[in-house]
Amino acid sequence: MAKKPIGPVRRDFAPWDDPQARPYIEFRNVTKKFGDFTAVDDLSLKIYEREFFALLGGSGCGKTTMMRMLAGFETPNAGEIFLDGQNLAGVPPYKRPVNMMFQSYALFPHMSVEANIAFGLKQEGMPKDEIAERVAEMLKLVKLQDFAKRKPHQLSGGQRQRVALARSLAKKPKVLLLDEPLGALDRKLREETQFELTDLQYELGMTFLIVTHDQEEAMTMADRIAVMDRGRIIQIASPAEIYEVPNSRFVADFIGDINLMECKVTARNGDTCRLQSVEFGCEIDTAQAVDAAVGDTVWFAIRPEKVRISFDEPESRVNAVTGEVWDIAYLGDVSIYHTHIANEQTVRATVANRSRVVERPVGWDDKVWLSWDRDAGVILTR
Amino acid sequence: MRQGPSWFNITSLVLGFSFLYLPIVLLVIYSFNASRLVTVWGGFSTQWYVSLFNNQQLLDAAWVTVRVAFASASIATVLGTLAALVLVRSGRFAGRSLFSGMVYAPLVMPEVILGLSLLLLFVAIDQARGFWTIIIAHTTFAMCYVAVVVQSRLAGFDTSLEEAAQDLGCPPVRTFFSITLPIILPGVVAGWMLAFTLSLDDLVIASFTTGPEATTLPMKIYSQVRLGVTPEINAVCTILVGVVTVVVIFTSLITKRREMQRQQDMRRAEAQG
Repeated sequence: MAKKPIGPVRRDFAPWDDPQARPYIEFRNVTKKFGDFTAVDDLSLKIYEREFFALLGGSGCGKTTMMRMLAGFETPNAGEIFLDGQNLAGVPPYKRPVNMMFQSYALFPHMSVEANIAFGLKQEGMPKDEIAERVAEMLKLVKLQDFAKRKPHQLSGGQRQRVALARSLAKKPKVLLLDEPLGALDRKLREETQFELTDLQYELGMTFLIVTHDQEEAMTMADRIAVMDRGRIIQIASPAEIYEVPNSRFVADFIGDINLMECKVTARNGDTCRLQSVEFGCEIDTAQAVDAAVGDTVWFAIRPEKVRISFDEPESRVNAVTGEVWDIAYLGDVSIYHTHIANEQTVRATVANRSRVVERPVGWDDKVWLSWDRDAGVILTR
Repeated sequence: MRQGPSWFNITSLVLGFSFLYLPIVLLVIYSFNASRLVTVWGGFSTQWYVSLFNNQQLLDAAWVTVRVAFASASIATVLGTLAALVLVRSGRFAGRSLFSGMVYAPLVMPEVILGLSLLLLFVAIDQARGFWTIIIAHTTFAMCYVAVVVQSRLAGFDTSLEEAAQDLGCPPVRTFFSITLPIILPGVVAGWMLAFTLSLDDLVIASFTTGPEATTLPMKIYSQVRLGVTPEINAVCTILVGVVTVVVIFTSLITKRREMQRQQDMRRAEAQG
């Protein structure tokens, strides 16, 4: 069976699917403990050249520790880290060909913007005229030509963020590490910067590793995302795959909004299977093979935007439940309907507000039917 | 509704400030006394300032004091800064509380005990007492003041700045001199000035640790006062008070102006977006 494409794809770039491709950054069974706390637990990871890779997870999941180990600020308790074939064990931070953009930006407060950007180049012993040239190039790249002589405290948050970016790019490192780079920016500026960063990465052909807890940031920018929890990687996949085909309840719940229904497998037949919801009693028919036996407990996960809401009873009772609208969240572009089914259990349905005026809008306490297509949801076994 | 200060507040303010400054004001006034008798006002005169600059002994003592203060403040600043760095940065190591307690101990230890123990030490190692032993003694107790001041500055230091420097290829020692030191410099300078003034006015420890050829100004003043206060001493003290006042006012004005400039810059930067 041919694999159906999921989500938007960058057709010419997928080295992770190529068994011949050599990883650029490789974590091999890396473990890092702080006292009794295991921050990173026997973790292996391959990142390829020119990839924009995101480590995504809540606080304390070990994502920042991974980045700090790569930069050399933490030493793993076990395992090895390779960069471009070189084992990084014992290499001090100031000799690693990676540069980092810090969450706090860490701009040197006593130096001008220019001196901040030139700092790394001076350490290399680059001739003065070349430094001046590179600094000018970097200032142009981040559009801060007029601010060269300013001190960091004379800049706004967005400008500081761009100086930090320019400084970390100035040495043209093999890998750029970004630690929650857009956390401190307001929404508009963040969205703009996200696209700027992706363009920049493509232009410069560098490998970017970003650490973030913001799923939107990871989804917008990264080629691949690793979802982390408690020092382990739960799933590595493209943003679309992570969203549409999560491999576990943790990932499904962490990324976006989702309805999870506990089900029993009632029948399986090759590429399809039938489930029965434990809470709602409804039959669920899916076009998905399942790695479970008849009678096993699995979870059916479906995104709210893939659930239809209507007053009319659907033709088939399969893939449909009925309930009462309990709450409506109007967000402008979409409305989210919280519908109580049986036992106070709620199913959420998101509807795009396509037209301004609707003949008969769904309101509070209305009796409605929720239904979905055979291939709209995912079966999760863990 | 605005209320002026109450009578109670004004009275306590006047009483408090008189208590603090009346003796100093009297001293300044009597330094311009024409009479040789300290307690009798005999008209205005600057003769004691003139005779002061002809008093070679007092001038020598002042010169010794300044050199001792400069040297001990400088050594204490280096040692105190190192101690502060260790205390703030090294995290938890075995004996950390003991170490920090020991750094702070001289702050609360009676000067007499410190002076006596240093004297015993110098005698025990058969060290001739004089100029250098005073410097060592002053360094010992000034160091902990420096450590306290620098430590407070280091506590607010963002360690990611040092990491950023290393990340950009700067080895640790160079990072200290090009990033850490410039940023904590205000604390280091404040520590130096504190150490300098402490050394300048110390009498007890200096008396214990000095030898025949090194007499500091406080020791000189004290020994002369025992023979009777001369208006010359008043003049010396007035000059000292004047110098200290000018330095304090000058530095606080500079800090205040820089802080205001900084805040203005930040507001302007944010306003521009």
